[in-house]
Amino acid sequence: MNSNSKSTPYREGLRDGVPIGLGYFAVAFSLGIAARGAGLSALQGFIASTLCIASAGEYALFSLIGAGATLLEIALVTLITNARYLLMSAALSQRIRPEMPNVHRFLFGAAITDELFGINIARPGYLDPVYYYGAITTSVPLWAVGTALGIMMGNLLPGRIVSALSVALYGMFLAIFVPAAKGDRVVAACVVLSFGLSWLFRTLPALAVISEGNRTILLTVAISVLAALLFPAREMEADNG
Amino acid sequence: MGRIWLSILTAFAVSYVIRVLPLTLIRKPIKNRFLRSFLYYVPYVTLAVMTFPAIVEATELPAAGTAALVVGIVVAWRGGSLIQVAAACCAVVLLLEAIL
Repeated sequence: MNSNSKSTPYREGLRDGVPIGLGYFAVAFSLGIAARGAGLSALQGFIASTLCIASAGEYALFSLIGAGATLLEIALVTLITNARYLLMSAALSQRIRPEMPNVHRFLFGAAITDELFGINIARPGYLDPVYYYGAITTSVPLWAVGTALGIMMGNLLPGRIVSALSVALYGMFLAIFVPAAKGDRVVAACVVLSFGLSWLFRTLPALAVISEGNRTILLTVAISVLAALLFPAREMEADNG
Repeated sequence: MGRIWLSILTAFAVSYVIRVLPLTLIRKPIKNRFLRSFLYYVPYVTLAVMTFPAIVEATELPAAGTAALVVGIVVAWRGGSLIQVAAACCAVVLLLEAIL
């Protein structure tokens, strides 16, 4: 078979979704172990991951199910742990080609995750829904399957493999913000500040009571507001071209 | 319907609304300079906040996670693709945790 090297947005999406999917698989597997502890069946874990596609949000969901929480509590905690998607959705809205059919907003919007948002925002110009769907194709199923396998197989994977796979996600994050920091000193300063404050919030006993999801929202808003107030000239790439 | 299914559907409904509402409500380019700048910084700050110190805590040995962070930054700085950076981080952890 001749492999055709012609690059289409869908194929590029498929390709860029692969490392995300591998990272998802490793994280979802450990998430599945938590879901198993909360009493979910493999099918329930599969459906939950297909629908929610959120690591921190789902971890909170499974913990709450295990603790016998009410639906109102689940709704509130989901709102808090996933609030950053509200910001990402707003950021994506600024990158949409005016003539794009509206239906796309309802489709790829369901799959706004840190990583899929990251690779889409990293592409120059208008958002391409087809690229987004390509990336979903190779990543989200691995997230759902990983969760189900974690529930079924528990601790079969050696810890060393899980350990190595689990940094894949962070490697992807680095691949997105390090080049941006290289090209923009304000972004670089933001990254350093983010690392420092995130570490401080994680370490200081008085601040460590703040949950991971809330810490992410709080620091994201605080640092981005600060940067926007001090250096307001930065604009999104789509508006320059 | 069981409590678990209802819990999953609740989490899905809330997540979906959060994700789709801004996308569907914000139809025009935001003119406000502050808001535009804010949205420009948000993705990078969020990812940075989520990366550190989490990457150090994700591995069995914190030293391996720290090495993955350093190697990842170097590879990304030199223009490594998404796959290359992710693979470099995984390889460093595999190697270090096998040796140490």
